[in-house]
Amino acid sequence: MIRNALIGLMLFILGSAFLTLTMGFEPATELNRTAAYYATHAQEEVGAQNVVTAVLITWRGLDTLGEVTVLFLTAAIVSLVLSRSKAPKGASGSGFLPSGELLTTGTKMLLPLIALLGAYVMANGHLTPGGGFQGGAILASGALLMLLADPSRRFGHKIIHRVESASGLAFVGLGLLGMLFAGGFLDNKLLPLGQFGALFSAGIIPIVSVLIGLKVGAEFASILESLEETEDA
Amino acid sequence: MAQVSLLIGFTLILLGLYGALTNRDILRMIVSFTIADAGVNVVLVSVGYMAHRTAPILDSAVPAGQAAARIIDPVPQVLVLTAIVIGLGVTALMLAYAYRLFRLRGSLDISQFMDLKW
Repeated sequence: MIRNALIGLMLFILGSAFLTLTMGFEPATELNRTAAYYATHAQEEVGAQNVVTAVLITWRGLDTLGEVTVLFLTAAIVSLVLSRSKAPKGASGSGFLPSGELLTTGTKMLLPLIALLGAYVMANGHLTPGGGFQGGAILASGALLMLLADPSRRFGHKIIHRVESASGLAFVGLGLLGMLFAGGFLDNKLLPLGQFGALFSAGIIPIVSVLIGLKVGAEFASILESLEETEDA
Repeated sequence: MAQVSLLIGFTLILLGLYGALTNRDILRMIVSFTIADAGVNVVLVSVGYMAHRTAPILDSAVPAGQAAARIIDPVPQVLVLTAIVIGLGVTALMLAYAYRLFRLRGSLDISQFMDLKW
């Protein structure tokens, strides 16, 4: 009883704080200084049409590197935690009914399309909404579909780990090259900015997007894989 | 408009917190945290909303010269992009720990785990 009353009281206080915030909220009519800088300098400094990607990969590229590192740590910890209850080879997934004609055939048909969409979203991150993280998540959804269609299937650990470490190394390497040949770590002007709005433009943003996408896709796939390889799955 | 999306976001946060505090099942608590996480993201995005403006993409609709007067704030969107990815990582971690707890005790009831309770 006391517990429920306390929970209710806490939620009430929090809710009234939220309500006050909402009532007092006035949408800004002008961009603040940071946002205005990003908006006016996106074309000549970065050359990317999508301002969000320009901020994410160029102006705050170091934070994105940190974020990818956090994801890598997550994947590593998940596989460490779950490795103690790993199923013996060939044992997991055998206790389930087959996934059915519809899902297996649908997977075969959809997988190439999902991979294509993922590659498109990754490569066009500087032009349209999208980029490495979204494209990587789409690729990982393809991996999830494969696991659902055939639960006893095993991905190649080696391939996933190689893709992951190669793209991570290339990301850091590009950043270091920027220190040597351009303005600083992960500087965008390592490659020419090119024509504004073209696919091959905006310096190293498309390359970094693809690298992030591969890394994120591989990390999500390895998380899914370690969740799937447990004794009860 | 911005008020409506703010209210929806705050409601999601409250719903998530309520679920996490009242449920005993660890899986349900994880789902509640995910809902609260989505609420935080909705709030952040709607703070960046500005009336009569368009998405922060400088295509033919937004000449680069007038960009500062035509687009909404890109910074909250970048933050939310980051927050979504990190939220997914946190959820995966919670699920992995929940699975290990289930293997150890054979139960997902939070009241069975008293080791850290004083």
